[in-house]
Amino acid sequence: MTNSSEQNDFVLEDTLLDRLLGFLQHLRSNGFHLGIQEELDVMKIADSGALLQQKRLRWGLRALLCSCTDDWQRFDRLFDTYWKPANSKREQAASYAKKMDSKKGLDGGQPGGGGEAAEADHAEEGDDSDAGDGGSKGGASLQESFARSDFRQLSDESQMREMELLVERMAKKMRRRMTRRQRLQRQGSKINLRKTIRNSLRYGGTPLELAFMKRKQQAPRLILLLDVSRSMSLYSFLFLRFARGIVEAFKDADAFVYHTRLVHVTDALRERDMTKAKEKLALMSSGWSGGTRIGECLQMFNRDYGRRIVNSRSIVMIVSDGYDTGEPQQLTQELQQLKQRARKIVWLNPLLGRDGYEPIAEGMKAALPLLDLFASAHNLESLMKLESSLMKL
Amino acid sequence: MKDITDFQIRLAEAGYVAEKDLAATLLLQSRLERPLLLEGDAGVGKTEIAKTLARLFDCELIRLQCYEGLDVNSAVYEWNYQHQLLAIKMQESSGASADSKEHDIFSEKYLLKRPLLQAITMAKSPVLLVDEIDRADEEFEAFLLEVLSDFQISIPELGTIKSVTKPLVILTSNGTRELSDALRRRCLYHYVDYPDFDKELRIITTRMPQVSQKLAGQVVEYVQALRKLDLRKIPGVAETLDWTAALLKLNLSSLDQDPELIMNTLMCLIKTREDQDLISREMSDRLIARAG
Repeated sequence: MTNSSEQNDFVLEDTLLDRLLGFLQHLRSNGFHLGIQEELDVMKIADSGALLQQKRLRWGLRALLCSCTDDWQRFDRLFDTYWKPANSKREQAASYAKKMDSKKGLDGGQPGGGGEAAEADHAEEGDDSDAGDGGSKGGASLQESFARSDFRQLSDESQMREMELLVERMAKKMRRRMTRRQRLQRQGSKINLRKTIRNSLRYGGTPLELAFMKRKQQAPRLILLLDVSRSMSLYSFLFLRFARGIVEAFKDADAFVYHTRLVHVTDALRERDMTKAKEKLALMSSGWSGGTRIGECLQMFNRDYGRRIVNSRSIVMIVSDGYDTGEPQQLTQELQQLKQRARKIVWLNPLLGRDGYEPIAEGMKAALPLLDLFASAHNLESLMKLESSLMKL
Repeated sequence: MKDITDFQIRLAEAGYVAEKDLAATLLLQSRLERPLLLEGDAGVGKTEIAKTLARLFDCELIRLQCYEGLDVNSAVYEWNYQHQLLAIKMQESSGASADSKEHDIFSEKYLLKRPLLQAITMAKSPVLLVDEIDRADEEFEAFLLEVLSDFQISIPELGTIKSVTKPLVILTSNGTRELSDALRRRCLYHYVDYPDFDKELRIITTRMPQVSQKLAGQVVEYVQALRKLDLRKIPGVAETLDWTAALLKLNLSSLDQDPELIMNTLMCLIKTREDQDLISREMSDRLIARAG
């Protein structure tokens, strides 16, 4: 090995190092985050002679330059396209074919397996080939505009899937931040002098064992009531994903869907496999996308579940556009009853984000005075804002 | 290439069957002195890598298990308050100046070293395993990043403690939370996947030389098929080893010898009720037949 590296010294100096830096550039344009530190480290690897052995270079660079599973999975392909230019056309063609395949797969419904993970992969695949063509970084700006676009404007299957994934991930993050803030409050605990002095009797008056006062505040218990009637059909699947994230992150959260009657869906949502979850939901959902009777469903909720799952730390979130075919009086009455039991009632209305929308639907008008928070929920941004509003409640 | 193969053999001698690429990464890590971030499902042997390295380099393994709410006091240092209070009491009559008393009370004698501080003050550089970093919260991650880049820790009462030797740092993550980009960039990265048939077979025969080739082959075949099923908790390598040990204890020489008994040993592999329901007797028999 030493022999060959001596022979090739001149190559190392000029062309190869340029090629190597070119490779970093190639990775950068494919969304890798690489700085000067990485360049220096790559030089170190090159110095150790790895440059002249393809496998070694591949493994070394992979360990050094990848920083997450996505990078890891894409690296080999990117490495090959760069260092084996003869293959690149075939690779691109292959990835294109794969993309088409995956599209087909989606249309036909996915046959079991890793549900969510598989979906994420498909999304990745799409990104890849885009970057390969134009060499641009679409990620950030795409997400930005994505966050502001109304859920109902997502027409594309893959966009929808991506949004679902984002929404679910965001719901999961919510728990971390909410509990974190509570921990900070707990840090402000004070020494309980009385108990401390009592404890110190044992040690002849020296306060060896300190007693603390803690302000106890538990994470809120979230209860989601999702409207899945026809007027909400554009949004209901996204909110189901949102509910899934919430239910997965908060152990004691509960989710219900309602149209003309109320169905408890927590268990179905906790099902990890998306296909199975959909099956379970489908079984329960006879009569989905029909009319809504919010009042009656709330009555059902109060009667069957209210006593058991709603308590002073519950935040009840109702997601609905407020188009109700039932009696407004009944809605008011049931909301009042719910309010006595729950800590807060939140109403999320996806229509609120539209220009010129006024909550004039009968049901909505009746409910308004009883709500602690009335917020829009038509895009990702508004859902993110929800978190801080919930904290303030 | 020879150094990689050598290292691979040394790893195997220390009881860890590693692919060439992992061996290359570990070798690179000890050369660049950078932390290594290992990701992968639970039970693929991430933690084991750190243990093996400690055995291989004949140094101490310091383990920091992360959890939600892990704070500086339990990760870096804590003053021994009880001890300090007693010392104050005893010094009351000594007549020393307040300054010297303070100096004494905040000296290393009363410092409780937690894993991170321990790791940078050892005479011989240890292996520092930061396990399941994704479970700790963001604040701690940021703090860890600082320690890992400077290898120094400042204690207000005592001053800055600089590292004597650089520990070899291994971080593991199960991916329950996104780690920060800064931390990821600081580290080398390796994704550890479930082993394929040959590798898992080698793992079993390395760890348990007494197992017959036939049984080992069947066990691996069975577990590999099990992993392809839609389980809630996929059995890892540790589970395979447990199961093999159980089968050995029962003096079984092959799986088809007593399918009934096999059913009763499945608790080594199957860890949730839903999965238990899924693996019926027929299912198990079919897996055994396939493993034949």
